[in-house]
Amino acid sequence: MIQLSDVSKIYKNDSIETIALSNITFEINRGEFVAIMGPSGSGKSTLMHILGALDLPSAGTYILDGENVSHLGDDELADIRNRKIGFVFQAFNLLPRTSALKNVSLPMVYAGIPKTERFVRAQKYLTMVGLENRLLHTPSQLSGGQQQRVAIARALCMNPAIILADEPTGNIASVQADEIMSIFQNLNQQGHTIIMITHEPDIAEHAKRIINVRDGKITNDGVDHKQKKLISKFFP
Amino acid sequence: MEYSEIVIEAVSTLTVNKLRTFLATLGIVIGIGSVIALISLGQSSQKAVQTQIQSLGSNMLTIIPGAQNTGVVRGAAGGATTLTFDDAQALKTSTKITAVKNVSPEFSRRIQITTGKNNTNTQILGVTPAYEEVRKITLTYGTFISQKDVESLTKVAVLGPQVVADLFGQDSNPVGKMVRINSQSFKIIGVTVSKGGTGFQNQDDLVFVPISTAQKQLFGATNLTSISIEAQNENVMTEAQDQIGYLLLARHKLNDPSQADFTIFSQNDLLGAASQVTGTFTALLSGIAAISLLVGGIGIMNIMLVTVTERTREIGLRKALGAKKKIIIFQFLIESIILTFAGGLIGMILGIVISLIIAHFINVPFTVSINAVVLAIGVSGAIGILFGWYPARKASNLQPIEALRYE
Repeated sequence: MIQLSDVSKIYKNDSIETIALSNITFEINRGEFVAIMGPSGSGKSTLMHILGALDLPSAGTYILDGENVSHLGDDELADIRNRKIGFVFQAFNLLPRTSALKNVSLPMVYAGIPKTERFVRAQKYLTMVGLENRLLHTPSQLSGGQQQRVAIARALCMNPAIILADEPTGNIASVQADEIMSIFQNLNQQGHTIIMITHEPDIAEHAKRIINVRDGKITNDGVDHKQKKLISKFFP
Repeated sequence: MEYSEIVIEAVSTLTVNKLRTFLATLGIVIGIGSVIALISLGQSSQKAVQTQIQSLGSNMLTIIPGAQNTGVVRGAAGGATTLTFDDAQALKTSTKITAVKNVSPEFSRRIQITTGKNNTNTQILGVTPAYEEVRKITLTYGTFISQKDVESLTKVAVLGPQVVADLFGQDSNPVGKMVRINSQSFKIIGVTVSKGGTGFQNQDDLVFVPISTAQKQLFGATNLTSISIEAQNENVMTEAQDQIGYLLLARHKLNDPSQADFTIFSQNDLLGAASQVTGTFTALLSGIAAISLLVGGIGIMNIMLVTVTERTREIGLRKALGAKKKIIIFQFLIESIILTFAGGLIGMILGIVISLIIAHFINVPFTVSINAVVLAIGVSGAIGILFGWYPARKASNLQPIEALRYE
């Protein structure tokens, strides 16, 4: 599903080179639930940008769902993001003054799906995240947890290869955060591939596999929960 | 992606901040409004002047004393005293003049006239009966100056309707009453029909007296201030002009046409000069209006740049979710086009209303130029594209990562 081989990312600012990622290599298979962990400055955000086709690697290759996306142009990347990746952001990033139904429809608008089908699908996914009674509510009329559920419905509507969640519970009260995490777990049980970026160990525990990133390198890649607990002591 | 949906979305985005949208369009409203108003008014007054000049007759020639200098519209015409009644007689009787039908010698001067109760400052025009025919004068009341009046220096006067209104009140019949001109009593024998008029000469604000009376009794002059000529027909205008020119040169003992101490011009010359003047004015005023349009366009660009900055996160999100560059460009371009187009439409209505009101007050026929309307719609759309392009491009070039991170 996802293949990264020798991926590096170097930022050049004037004459100073900053190495954000160096020689990252890993694979993620269909149906996995992966958490990418690391402190701020570790390179996990850069990794997420590359995985999300929001940015290109400086070196190495990234193959997403059988397509090499290492050297694509802006519009082709937009197309890849539209068809293959469902984003869930920390800040929800819903359009203000726009109904939940229309927010969920947005990626389908860019995919050129006809209007009636868009609304049928949007309604289906909003029902799936338990918001069937909030279809016409605007973000300002919804709680943080509800807004994030709209965002999850939006991520699902194009039936993407991967769901990429960047600190999905970072802006949400803990009770609602548990609800969001159980939605992700349900989705994973239904066969969705989920990649989650977080720095909270107890959130990462929901994942089946944890990739630790530090100083642009993978320091650990595994499923050992004890080790997760240990790491949490160093990266609270 | 259906473009009609983006258009609907753009409209709803613009209605969110109504005051800002209104203020952004105001520059275009004023710009287009003034362009339309000025072009319409310019064309109206041009038309008014043309109708007036043409109403004088297309087979008319006018001779005035004084050398020809640049242009036809001269200051202080009649300052020279080189034209005489004998010149006019010669034009009428000479066998060399074949293209001329009628000759009307004229002596005019502005003076105060009074009835004892009311008085007015008006133009006294000494004429012969030929004037009635040459200038197509018709009378509401009474009769015009007769040949007998001219021969016997009678003190009779024919009044224009404006003078009647000033001295006796609107629509009254003053025939038979007396009027005092230069301390001498004149009997009113007629009133002319209103010809209307603004601009060069008000055809209604005139008092006609026999030319002999004007020259000898009133002003003690021997010269003429002008001679109006009616040619046989429109096709012999040049011929008539040449015949008159050579005869007068011979009579004034001049060899070289460049030394001529008189000027002959036709209605077409006047028409050309007048059109040129109003045309220049229209162009000048439209130029000023166009500058305000440019300022309006810059206002649109400014507001669109603010909008793009404000909506950086939204743009980032749209790109992250799969919006391609041209979709983003279209989204912002359509917003600025709607802004300028709406402004243009409102400005057009405003301009038409303003020119209607002004045309009513300065008494010229109201015309809406289709050209001006097409221009307004075209130009406002073009301004939207021109000044919306840069902000839209800027939006489309935002990188999704940076745009999403933007606070």
